[in-house]
Amino acid sequence: MIYLDNAASAPPAPEVLTAMTAAAGSLFGNPSSAHGLGAAATRALEEARAQVAALLRASPQDIVFTSGGTEADALAVLGVAGAARGRHLVVSAIEHPAVLRSAELLTARGFRVTLVAPGRDGVITPTAVAAAVESDTALVAVMLVNNELGTVQPVAAIGRALAASGAGPHLHVDAVQAAGFLPLSVQALGADSIAISGHKFHGPKGAGALWIRKGAKLAPLWDGGRQERGLRSGTENVPACVALGRAAALVLAAQADIDHMATLRDRLEARIFAALPGSAPTVAPGTPRAPHIASITIPDLPGEPVLHALEARGVFASAGSACASRTRGPSHVLAAIGVPDSAAVLRLSLSRFTTPAEVDAAASALGEAVAEVAEVAAGGRRAKGRT
Amino acid sequence: MSAPPVSHAVLCRFGELFLKGGNRGIFEQTLAKNIRRAVADVPGARVETPHGRVIVHAPADRIEDACARLERVFGLVSISSVVETAADVEAIEAAAVTAALAAIERDPARGASFRVQARRSDKRFPLSSLDLAARVGAKVAAATGMPVKLVGAALTIGIEVSSTSGFVFADTRAAPGGLPAGTSGHGLLLLSGGIDSPVAGWLSAKRGLSLDGLYFHSPPFVGEKSKDKVVSLARVLASWQALRTLYVAPFTDVQKRLRDAGPAELAVVLYRRMMMRIADRIADRTRAMSLVTGENLGQVASQTVPNLTTIENAARHLVLRPLVTYDKMETTALARRIGTYDISALPYEDCCSLFVPPHPATAARVQDAERAEARLEAGVDAEADAVADATEKIDLT
Repeated sequence: MIYLDNAASAPPAPEVLTAMTAAAGSLFGNPSSAHGLGAAATRALEEARAQVAALLRASPQDIVFTSGGTEADALAVLGVAGAARGRHLVVSAIEHPAVLRSAELLTARGFRVTLVAPGRDGVITPTAVAAAVESDTALVAVMLVNNELGTVQPVAAIGRALAASGAGPHLHVDAVQAAGFLPLSVQALGADSIAISGHKFHGPKGAGALWIRKGAKLAPLWDGGRQERGLRSGTENVPACVALGRAAALVLAAQADIDHMATLRDRLEARIFAALPGSAPTVAPGTPRAPHIASITIPDLPGEPVLHALEARGVFASAGSACASRTRGPSHVLAAIGVPDSAAVLRLSLSRFTTPAEVDAAASALGEAVAEVAEVAAGGRRAKGRT
Repeated sequence: MSAPPVSHAVLCRFGELFLKGGNRGIFEQTLAKNIRRAVADVPGARVETPHGRVIVHAPADRIEDACARLERVFGLVSISSVVETAADVEAIEAAAVTAALAAIERDPARGASFRVQARRSDKRFPLSSLDLAARVGAKVAAATGMPVKLVGAALTIGIEVSSTSGFVFADTRAAPGGLPAGTSGHGLLLLSGGIDSPVAGWLSAKRGLSLDGLYFHSPPFVGEKSKDKVVSLARVLASWQALRTLYVAPFTDVQKRLRDAGPAELAVVLYRRMMMRIADRIADRTRAMSLVTGENLGQVASQTVPNLTTIENAARHLVLRPLVTYDKMETTALARRIGTYDISALPYEDCCSLFVPPHPATAARVQDAERAEARLEAGVDAEADAVADATEKIDLT
């Protein structure tokens, strides 16, 4: 098996599994309990919080644990909207649904939402964001790495542009596809909140975090025992948080893997382009990209059959298209950058564990899979020519 | 006065079976067998068939589980959760008062008015049906203060008396009707992941067919999720006792050869003719006497009378098309009621649209199809045999 769908979910690292199993067995006390078992659970939770903070070069008391990336994004978007006076949001058109649909929910509560379109390169410009901001803009949301294209958004420059214009909206950054793949620093990013998700960097599912700048105003989405500074009531998922912390520490200690993945991504793309005439990078070469995501466009082919033909050769990846009839759920991202409806877009996403041999085997498997599907699809095109 | 001992049960009523004359015994036996299967996983449930009725006994806290399963048994027209007492007027009166109070407590609106409907199957019972209704009615009125309203009552208390027991109930629920599955013989349903074919299977089971399913899978172009989706649909049908076993036929190779054998616009008809041949073979092995499809007249461009004729020409068995005259909206509404709609609406493709030409023929002729099929090197029969032999069997029970 060659797993190149790490951007969907990366397999948990063995150390992460060990830490999670151990914590689930021994740290069963409720962190809110007054006795020693509660204290042990709290210590483990706070150690994990420090590990997550270190990954973001942030202060541990500014980290709120969540159930994952979606909840972290929702807490930021809905939470800021709940506490702000402004009734306008600026959101990039290529955000994850966690952000886009949270913004959409707010339109029912009287908010206006301005979507900022990317260029054909899948990048949102600071000028476009600044131009969309109005006097009552409460929140600006721009992701750091797009999950379908891998493009890196100029978040720091966007933050500076907002500051230069004197506007004071909250800048939320979905860094779910960036954590573990780009060196992160809350100061350098200039954001007010940052969302991350454990299972994208070999941590567990069901664990994520939101970093919130001190002084930023957020309303909790629900109330209860007021854990996590009152922003996220509910007994903490201690084993998942411990595992998240362990995963954060592992990727932080292995920053050299970033170059390893970038080299392999380039090698994968080069082999695919050589093997498949007509295939092309979905975004122009030279666009800043995260090291783990290769997005390949193949003209005039349905993506999902290619994916299954690839799966039959032991290679697991993802496919998308701009058109609803070609895949389940059209991609708003591919539509936003003008990918033609008829093209298949394949996303092959690497991890720090991917090897050169896997990359080479995947490229030749893709060549075979595309040939198999193209041969079958040719029947349909033949008919088109006749009628 | 202490309440006499009572036990809880579900009274099952059947409809068309009365029409069956000399075959009635067989129909009742099949229905009782299907009811036993339906409640087999309800702890403590016990099925009895005294004097031409079916009663499912169960502990009080399992009655609701039993009702949920009996609502899915074809051949039943309605069911009632009942209290069984001795065949004794006082016991019946007490049970009726209890049932009335409980019904009002569940839904106060039903306290507006009531009536009593009584039936005795044993004429030796000392009161006539009308007299029994009047006596019980007086007790219920005294205990609850409700007025009697013979037409349009908010609450109807039902009483049935046999030689040994009285049954008292306050609610009657609809069951699907039709005939007990199996009483019309065995069939084979051509099942896909779409909306139509599960509904076609349900409708034919409702007319007494017992069914197996046959799904044509096209790996690798169609993913595992598409097959899982069809298995989920099959399990919903199995919960209605409409399906026993799902057969999964690997269709990719023959589909490729058929596509290459004929003009592209004929492809859909060629695929479906081959599906019929494969279905014939599975039907032979499962002793099915008919094939059931979700085909419809005019729903898609290729579903024309000439095309259906040419497709049917390849089948040896009777082909039943329960949905042939249904509008899509009618089919969809039934799919929602059956519980297959939400699964069918999942976006995983089956029978890979990759193989379907953009402009299929609307008047394919048998001789054109046969000319294309003659180009298959192995011949249509050997191709169909090979797929039937490679078919996977999934037990749904």
